[in-house]
Amino acid sequence: MNKITNHQLYRLVVAHFAEIIREPAVIFWGVIFPILMAWGLGIAFTQKTGVHAKIAIVRTEQTIDGRKSKLFAGLTENGIKKDSSYLVTLKNEKLGDAQLNYFETSSSNAYRLLKKGKVSVIIEDSNRGSKYSFDPSSQDAKAAYQLAADFEQNGTKSYAKMQESIVPLTLKGSRYVDFLIPGLLGMGIMMACCWGISYTIIDRRSKKLLRRMVATPMRKTNLLIALITARFFMNLAEAILLFIFAWIYFDVTIQGSVSALILLFMAGNIAFSGIAILISSRTASSEVGNGMINAIVTPMMVVSGVFFSYHNFPDWAVSVIQYLPLSMIADGFRTIFNEGGTFVDVWREAVILASVGVSTFVIGIKTFKWY
Amino acid sequence: MIDAPFIVEVRNVKKSFKDVHAVKGVSLSIKPGEFVALLGPNGAGKTTLVEMVEGIQNPDEGEIFISGLQWKNNQHELHQLIGLSLQETRFMDKLTAYETMRLFASFYKLDAHRVDEVFALIGLEDKKKAFVDNLSGGQRQRLALGVALLNKPQILLLDEPTTGLDPNARREIWNILLGLKKSQNTSLILTSHYMEEAEYLCDRIIIMDQGTILAQGTLAEILALGGGHRSLDELFISLTGRHLYE
Repeated sequence: MNKITNHQLYRLVVAHFAEIIREPAVIFWGVIFPILMAWGLGIAFTQKTGVHAKIAIVRTEQTIDGRKSKLFAGLTENGIKKDSSYLVTLKNEKLGDAQLNYFETSSSNAYRLLKKGKVSVIIEDSNRGSKYSFDPSSQDAKAAYQLAADFEQNGTKSYAKMQESIVPLTLKGSRYVDFLIPGLLGMGIMMACCWGISYTIIDRRSKKLLRRMVATPMRKTNLLIALITARFFMNLAEAILLFIFAWIYFDVTIQGSVSALILLFMAGNIAFSGIAILISSRTASSEVGNGMINAIVTPMMVVSGVFFSYHNFPDWAVSVIQYLPLSMIADGFRTIFNEGGTFVDVWREAVILASVGVSTFVIGIKTFKWY
Repeated sequence: MIDAPFIVEVRNVKKSFKDVHAVKGVSLSIKPGEFVALLGPNGAGKTTLVEMVEGIQNPDEGEIFISGLQWKNNQHELHQLIGLSLQETRFMDKLTAYETMRLFASFYKLDAHRVDEVFALIGLEDKKKAFVDNLSGGQRQRLALGVALLNKPQILLLDEPTTGLDPNARREIWNILLGLKKSQNTSLILTSHYMEEAEYLCDRIIIMDQGTILAQGTLAEILALGGGHRSLDELFISLTGRHLYE
């Protein structure tokens, strides 16, 4: 009779875990999707992607009389001509190659192409030199202008020469993917807890299953603890798989203390589990639940620096953002992954996160609607 | 525990939700082993009354004793005494029937042996491994009944246990209940729209409408009320001017 397999907490955890893993969509969204996201973003921002500039050339009357302008002389020498377009490739191993794609066209058509975003710079070519038209507030257009102007004056040599003074930074822990993976791990905890736990509770309430369960000698807290526990194991599995992928594919490593990482991971789970219980403590409507979960999750996903550093926000905003639960998790993970952080560096975050979790859990359970 | 002559006593119970007076002063008593049907149309207050007996709702006024105990301060004992099925409970779709039963058994500290017994009792042994969302309506109702029977309750409260089932599935559930009456002297409070269900199963019929009891007694007694009606529906029309099942 006292076997663990007959204990209600054990059976509740098993039931909730079975429910999670038997839903095939869970495997996709929980495991495969984060890995795809890590892969896609990691590739997109890690590869040396050289500039690909598109430029329209409008020939003025002076250049149509047969004499070649300096620009056209360069294009004829270095470019590959196809119909009325020229492709010039500027080589540089360290910076990545830059491609300049010139389209020769009429003035009105050039402005049409610019408005559609098909070219970023328009050159009015003449024998006395070229005039460049572009939007100076666009970084892309500025870069295209600089490359094109340099090419017109100096040919292909100048860009190739630049590599002598460049030291490419490929140090572990300083690449974009090193920034991204800890952020994705943190976001995984938030998403899985808020959607997984809240949604399950709201669904149970609307199906009257909560009502049925509390009409037995079941301890109410056991039900919630079991939900959180099952979710924790699933989150752990998802995090391990994402890490293994990042380790094998991108050579992302944990430079700091693994036990500090586990501590922070648990604290993060406690924080978002508590928040999830509070979100779902009253409503039986999945529409209302949807809105509340989004209201919590979306702002943090945007501002908490999962994908890009939040230090670009104004200082007053940063002072708030850095204390959001997701920011604390992502920052703490990064300290451990990339800067060799240990307990000393993350214990404060862990304590705050765990306190947030426990207090939201207590408030949630006090206001919880079982019927 | 006091050995009361009545297993359930409801004394002048009232319950309102906002402006709706769901139950307006109802009293009734049920003896051990007695099967009682609460009949009435939707909105008669049957479910609210039953949920108050189940401890899910608190009465605004009046008292409820189960085996001499009240819900306040005796939740643990009373949960062991009663078994219930709610109107349309949906269990977890991705659990099997067996896992569902094991889960609820664990709440009563019962092991796999009792779960097997209950599966035999409700005749669902061949569906143990089926996921809940693959069970038919009748099989789900039998599973819900099985969950209600796990703790060998002295009093069983079933809220429309056969609504939406075909006549065969309905009869299967009736036979399980009659078997329990014989073997364990279980008491039953059942709500229903169906007169045949009340006639076939129950010792006593209570007709409710708009939160009050209109009539109660054995089938013969209440049919005799107001001079010999041929059926409950006819009686109901003469009491309220409406059909029982609308």
